[in-house]
Amino acid sequence: MSDEKRTPLLSVRNLTKYFHTSTPTGPGIIAAVDGIDFDIYKGETFGLVGESGCGKTTTGRTIARLYTPTDGSILFDGVDLATLSQRELRPFRKRIQMIFQDPYASLNTRMTITDIVAEGMKVHNIASGDEMQERVYQMLERVGLKREHASRYPHEFSGGQRQRIGIARSLAVDPEMIICDEPISALDVSIQAQVVNMLEDLQKEYGLTYLFIAHDLSMVRHISDRIGVMYLGKMAEIAGSDELYMNPLHPYTKSLLSSIPIANPHKKVSDTRIMLKGDIGSPINPKPGCRFAPRCRYVQERCGFETPLLREIRPDHFCACHFCETIKD
Amino acid sequence: MSNTILDVKNLRTTFYTHMGEVQAVRGISFEVNQGDVLGIVGESGSGKSVTAMSIMGLVDEPGRVSGGSILFMGQELTKLSDAEMNEYRGKEISMIFQDPMTSLNPVYTIGNQLIEVIRRHTDLDKDQAHARAIELLQMVGIPEPEIRIKNYPHQFSGGMRQRAMIAMAISCSPKILIADEPTTALDVTIQAQILDLMVRLKNQLHSSIILITHDLGVVSEVCNKVNVMYGGMLMEKASVFELFDSPQHPYTLGLLKSIPRDVTGERKRLVPIEGTPPDLLKPPSGCPFSPRCPYAMGICVREAAPLYTLSDTHSASCWLHHKGAPVVEGFVQVEEESVHE
Ligand SMILES: Nc1ncnc2c1ncn2[C@@H]1O[C@H](COP(=O)(O)OP(=O)(O)OP(=O)(O)O)[C@@H](O)[C@H]1O
Ligand SMILES: Nc1ncnc2c1ncn2[C@@H]1O[C@H](COP(=O)(O)OP(=O)(O)OP(=O)(O)O)[C@@H](O)[C@H]1O
Ligand code: SF4
Ligand SMILES: [Mg+2]
Ligand SMILES: [Mg+2]
Repeated sequence: MSDEKRTPLLSVRNLTKYFHTSTPTGPGIIAAVDGIDFDIYKGETFGLVGESGCGKTTTGRTIARLYTPTDGSILFDGVDLATLSQRELRPFRKRIQMIFQDPYASLNTRMTITDIVAEGMKVHNIASGDEMQERVYQMLERVGLKREHASRYPHEFSGGQRQRIGIARSLAVDPEMIICDEPISALDVSIQAQVVNMLEDLQKEYGLTYLFIAHDLSMVRHISDRIGVMYLGKMAEIAGSDELYMNPLHPYTKSLLSSIPIANPHKKVSDTRIMLKGDIGSPINPKPGCRFAPRCRYVQERCGFETPLLREIRPDHFCACHFCETIKD
Repeated sequence: MSNTILDVKNLRTTFYTHMGEVQAVRGISFEVNQGDVLGIVGESGSGKSVTAMSIMGLVDEPGRVSGGSILFMGQELTKLSDAEMNEYRGKEISMIFQDPMTSLNPVYTIGNQLIEVIRRHTDLDKDQAHARAIELLQMVGIPEPEIRIKNYPHQFSGGMRQRAMIAMAISCSPKILIADEPTTALDVTIQAQILDLMVRLKNQLHSSIILITHDLGVVSEVCNKVNVMYGGMLMEKASVFELFDSPQHPYTLGLLKSIPRDVTGERKRLVPIEGTPPDLLKPPSGCPFSPRCPYAMGICVREAAPLYTLSDTHSASCWLHHKGAPVVEGFVQVEEESVHE
């Protein structure tokens, strides 16, 4: 990798987001994101995976400062977004964009495609008048839509086309980083590849940096340079995507990866799968210790009271398990 | 073929809406034999769920089965009244849905709902049914079933609800279990548990499964044969090995090229299928895939291709199999087309 690529654009440290809730025994906290660290380098795609409810969306939304973090820092290009006021955040709202899972819910149904794509340009004073309209056309064409589409409304488009509109809207403000929260989950298999290829092309063309949240693990591996695996608000493991799939270190990652059904009937994963017992636990009022302990095959006494730290086990390969160096399959 | 449990012939299901006729299923034929795990894959809106609902006799107004036949162990199901169909539904043929909350009633306990199904279809008394319910929950891997049986659905996690649904669906040892995207809402680690459970129970009960999914990984993992649907029609039927090793329909080929095939292989650029799925209110004439097909010829736009038989277990509806068509690498051509009434 070039030196330029090794400059973190985003450095997240001890990022924490708690929500309040009530439990039968009184008020409680949901530790949606509970002190996570990771870097995203300029121009790369960082994949974020993990089971439903483990905190991926909350992480994305907190970085985009749609939520105020409970604790921790979000260094973006050297500035800590965690402590900025709404006013101070304005320029960063242009530099960091977000696209969502449900392309329909995220588009205002009463606005034309032009209004939707141009909204950010107006807010950030990027263009106006004819220049703005021209840029809308350019963006639509860039994402594979037509000029004629500009005057239509979202309901006239298919899911894949709506996702393209969402992408055009983000691109129009010339962002540096895009947080993609399950951008292809709602799409047909045959349409997913259209969107993934487009995201890859746009990244090259504009030097974009992606945080790519998804639960389709084979697609995440396909698109990501590095991947972080979350479990109940904690980061379990971070590594280059090939390294992670070839040499997973965390017991959770091992069973997660071994559970992905592969589209090849000659290689059934059921033969080698590490079946996990039980369900993912609750993030409400978590106790100290490893979050994965109740489901872990290698659990020992220490796991029950001491929270494992994310440690660099090999160069650029981080893992939060007390025993990952000694575990053998 | 004495072990054929379900024989679907030329099934058509149509919704008569105020916007016009939606021909959701347009003449499909397939069989399910004992022990089969038949996968149904295809684009969203291609008619997979409607096929399942047609077999269950659960197609609601404004829709109805408008043609063809569904033979279940020799009995024609499309001619049965709703009351007669109730003898089969939930007992001989049962179904699990993508969202368990559509079939679990939030105001009754899991136990009450299980016991009700058991008592409806058997002559077990209340205590016996209660014992059977506990046994079923145990079978599907719910820990402490004696306690959990008193829980309401919202007290179960997503994976546990899906298990409870399976317990309910297998409570009367059905001959066929139809599962419509049973694991789509679940995480891969839970998905692996549920699929494993379904296949294990199928083997124990000597039954068959129809599994609707959009995940080709799941298909290759658990199915022995596959139906590929597009625009309400069957594009290809094959054994799972034939389908992945030698797909014989451009849509199937396109699907396989648009997913990352191997987690350990080289990373290649994906090859998407361009365009968008058809609008069934205005279905394209001819082959439903023709507007997106890279090989489409003149005839494809005018007339849907017949189903060409390529092996005992493999057939495909595509003009490229006609002996007069241009030769495309990987696609075989045959003399005879199978009867396609
Ligand atoms: N606005 C909120 N208020 C209260 N709790 C929330 C809120 N948003 C998320 N949570 C809780 O925080 C936890 C993490 O949720 P989050 O949506 O980040 O998970 P996720 O990893 O994105 O899951 P999924 O894969 O299902 O999208 C969950 O327990 C969720 O219920
Ligand atoms: N009650 C209804 N009224 C009118 N049209 C309907 C009705 N139910 C289904 N359809 C139509 O029938 C077609 C087939 O739908 P079906 O639900 O079988 O698709 P599917 O293959 O299961 O798709 P998915 O993968 O999205 O579940 C769709 O075009 C759908 O709009
Ligand atoms: S029949 Fe024609 S349009 Fe349809 S898949 Fe075959 S070649 Fe393509
Ligand atoms: Mg999410
Ligand atoms: Mg469906």
